[in-house]
Amino acid sequence: MADVTFTVDGKKLTAPAGTLLIEACRAHGIEIPAFCYYPGLSLQAACRMCVVRIEKVPKLQTACTTPVAEGMVVVTESPEIAQARKATIELLLGNHPLDCPVCDAGGECELQDMTFKYGAHESKFVDIKNHRDEQQWSPVVYFDRPRCILCYRCVRVCGEGMDVWALGIQNRGSGSVIAPNGQDHLDCEECGMCIDICPVGALTSGTYRYKTRPWEMSHVGTVCTHCGDGCKTTLGVRRANDGMEIVRGDNRDKSGINGDFLCIKGRYGFDFANREDRLTQPLVRQPSGELKPVSWDEAIDFAGKRLRELRDARGGQTIGVIGSNRTTNEESYLLQKFARAVLGTNNIDHHRTADYPAFAAAMNGESEASLRDFASAKAVLLLGNDPTEQHPGLAWQIRTGVRLRGQHLYVANHQNIKLRRQATSFLRIRENDYAALITYLAGDDSALDRNGEAKAFRDAIRGEGSLIIVFGSEFRGSDVEALVKFGSSLPNVQLACLGDYANSRGAADMGLYPDLLPGYVPVIAAAHFAQEYGASLPSQPGLDLLQMFDAAGHGELAALYVVGANPVARYNIDPASLRNTFIVAQDLFLTETARLADVVFPAANLYEKSGSVTNTFGDLQLVKKAADRAGTRADFELIVRLAVAMGADVKQLVPFGHRGVRADMGQARGAQSGEADRHGVWLAAHHLEPKLSPFDPFAIFDEIQRLVPAYEVPRLDLLSGNDQHLRSGLVQIQHAATRRDVVWPSNDTLFTSGTLGRYSRTMSSVLESREPAETAAD
Amino acid sequence: MASPAQPGTIFSPALAARFDRLVTLYPVRRSALVPMLLYAQDEIGYVSDAVVAEVAARIGITELDVRNVVSYYSLLKTRPAGKYHVQVCTNISCMLRGGNEILDHCKKKLGIPNKGVTPDGVFSLEEVECIGACSWAPAAQVNYAFHENLTPESMDQVLSDYRAKAPNGEGK
Repeated sequence: MADVTFTVDGKKLTAPAGTLLIEACRAHGIEIPAFCYYPGLSLQAACRMCVVRIEKVPKLQTACTTPVAEGMVVVTESPEIAQARKATIELLLGNHPLDCPVCDAGGECELQDMTFKYGAHESKFVDIKNHRDEQQWSPVVYFDRPRCILCYRCVRVCGEGMDVWALGIQNRGSGSVIAPNGQDHLDCEECGMCIDICPVGALTSGTYRYKTRPWEMSHVGTVCTHCGDGCKTTLGVRRANDGMEIVRGDNRDKSGINGDFLCIKGRYGFDFANREDRLTQPLVRQPSGELKPVSWDEAIDFAGKRLRELRDARGGQTIGVIGSNRTTNEESYLLQKFARAVLGTNNIDHHRTADYPAFAAAMNGESEASLRDFASAKAVLLLGNDPTEQHPGLAWQIRTGVRLRGQHLYVANHQNIKLRRQATSFLRIRENDYAALITYLAGDDSALDRNGEAKAFRDAIRGEGSLIIVFGSEFRGSDVEALVKFGSSLPNVQLACLGDYANSRGAADMGLYPDLLPGYVPVIAAAHFAQEYGASLPSQPGLDLLQMFDAAGHGELAALYVVGANPVARYNIDPASLRNTFIVAQDLFLTETARLADVVFPAANLYEKSGSVTNTFGDLQLVKKAADRAGTRADFELIVRLAVAMGADVKQLVPFGHRGVRADMGQARGAQSGEADRHGVWLAAHHLEPKLSPFDPFAIFDEIQRLVPAYEVPRLDLLSGNDQHLRSGLVQIQHAATRRDVVWPSNDTLFTSGTLGRYSRTMSSVLESREPAETAAD
Repeated sequence: MASPAQPGTIFSPALAARFDRLVTLYPVRRSALVPMLLYAQDEIGYVSDAVVAEVAARIGITELDVRNVVSYYSLLKTRPAGKYHVQVCTNISCMLRGGNEILDHCKKKLGIPNKGVTPDGVFSLEEVECIGACSWAPAAQVNYAFHENLTPESMDQVLSDYRAKAPNGEGK
């Protein structure tokens, strides 16, 4: 729309016609206070805090509902306006308890800040305040009614934003009260958006309430360890007896690819990290059969020596390695390097949740959609999957697109998934008809029998000028190829492949496959890898995960190294079949797999380490160390130490210290610490950090960028905390033969997250609380 | 979305038919919400949980949406009232002409407080805001019938007339 020019506080401003005054002012750095106004939600005009004086209008006007107009002259701060806001606050405080010293929001409360600013320090009210006891609405959500200032943000974000509609308003006037849909409890998706958006402390969370003060925490922005969306979560951490504990997760600064959204997992699913039954000492199985805590040196020496013996005696091809869906790219990369260059085996795999290799091969230069692209897409075609349950961040992006930008959504699914409510067109198909659907969409009328509905669906998709096609793990192998081929026949198409976990994509990209090296390079074409690794690499494809366990059953698997995975439970492996296999496991907990191991290393989780992860859309992001647990070590360090114990050359494994192991990181400039920081950032941005330590993930990241072209993204942007979309167009691969399909989707819901989810008390308690009822609100 | 015809309706066939039509009369179905609640209350006596559930299903909105509206209007009741709901006005005109005395008289006579229900369920009492009968103050409304220019004596007559209409043992 055309721009209009108007004056605010004597400054001439310009904004597109139709922009709300409050937004136009904020865009120019003029802050107008508001409780009820929230960007992206419908207008309420309930709180009267944003009143401003507009010339020639007799009364004060609400800036949140007034669109800017040509020649408008506005005053946003004056004694008159301050008086009006002060009076509003006095009314709000008429019933609001002054329990700020114990309130969760104390110190980060919008009402507190506004009271401070406008100074409603005395009140004409002499009546007794209305008190109501706090209510617990769910394991996650608590409601403290007297603190509520009736801004209705929670009602709107739950309904409009989440499409759950679990909160309402009952009674009227000053007696109004926010009410949950289950009368005395909530039946909802437990995302906690209502708590996050509450300007005061009326809605509080079960995990955080009365635990700490906001200023006692450090805040670290990192990436959620659960699903494959890679949402940014800001963890509030606090010193504890045995390290740093996480007390809160949110995304109030709206910094990541998820905007202000987080689901229950990103917001509350961090609590596994604080469990007291976490492993904090290495365990080694004794001749008696017991797992006994031993020193780190003893455990690492023992595991390293034994692996070396077995490799030398029985050969690398009798050793298997299983990687993780949640470790960093650097760790996954290092693990496959360790497997191939040190153990001398291609028997390496992970729990595959999507057929990324087929996707990478089929793409062949086609454009891959970033999660950010969904925010601006004109049309989305969703095939399979249920993003509301499995990719809540994606579901949020799509819902927001449909709601605010009229995005067209086309859904084809074998179930009535919740996103059908946003769909322009919903096509219900049979579970085994996904491949046929693609054939049909590509023009073969005989592929689907129910033609009328499907034809309209196809015509509508073909009529779109641009489209993102996003598909679930229903598509594998040649189906992915057919789908991408269909996509490339349409104009301006981007594609996205949905996998299940935080770094499932990274595990695939980093070559946790028996037949593929990092960047999906076939193991038979390993020449430049061998050169970089300075070792001869096995050139025959190894065993996949299931074949490894078969081999173990036949007594042909001498050793198994399991990093951050629980295949015994996931694949329901018979423990007896592993009786003659030497197992080294590293994990957070004594899982079903770790319980069978001969050596168990206590590992750090994704919130306790640095590195990078790649979400399922190919968005590369840095994770930052937020928490810490004494007695655990990062998988990266464990792999390096194990390699050293086996006698490997550590500088060959991790290319560090080539320019020496001492450097001036700016300390020489003394008090100029700002200078030092800039110096460090500059060095890092130009790949010039000295890489002083064998445990520096960036030393491996350098190598990844050298060998995997898609990861050649601008380093400085990445370091600044921005997500960087992979340059997938650079991936050019051919697969020799058809690959065995061992993709096994985890089918997690909003309240489960593989083995890790079982260790989250919040998620378990939500599951228990809804035991008899159905799952998410629909 | 709810199907218009409910297999197991709690309403009389006539009312159910009326509701079937009502939801089609407005540009959006939920516009029928308030009239439906009023009619349902007339038939059932109050807005019960079952009424909330069926009305929500008929319109295709959540029960929470229905409760939001029910709780807004004081004329919609979520607890059973008496067979005869006595509403005494005490707004300015009625107050000046003895409305409060009428209310006090009713409390004493019926032996119940404001918003109470007699044990036999025949009467319930409520102090209400202006019922639009200022010219004939003080006034009271029993269900939908107006009784005007009241005195404690004429109020007695009104109450006993209704008492006589209620069969023995009638109530809820």
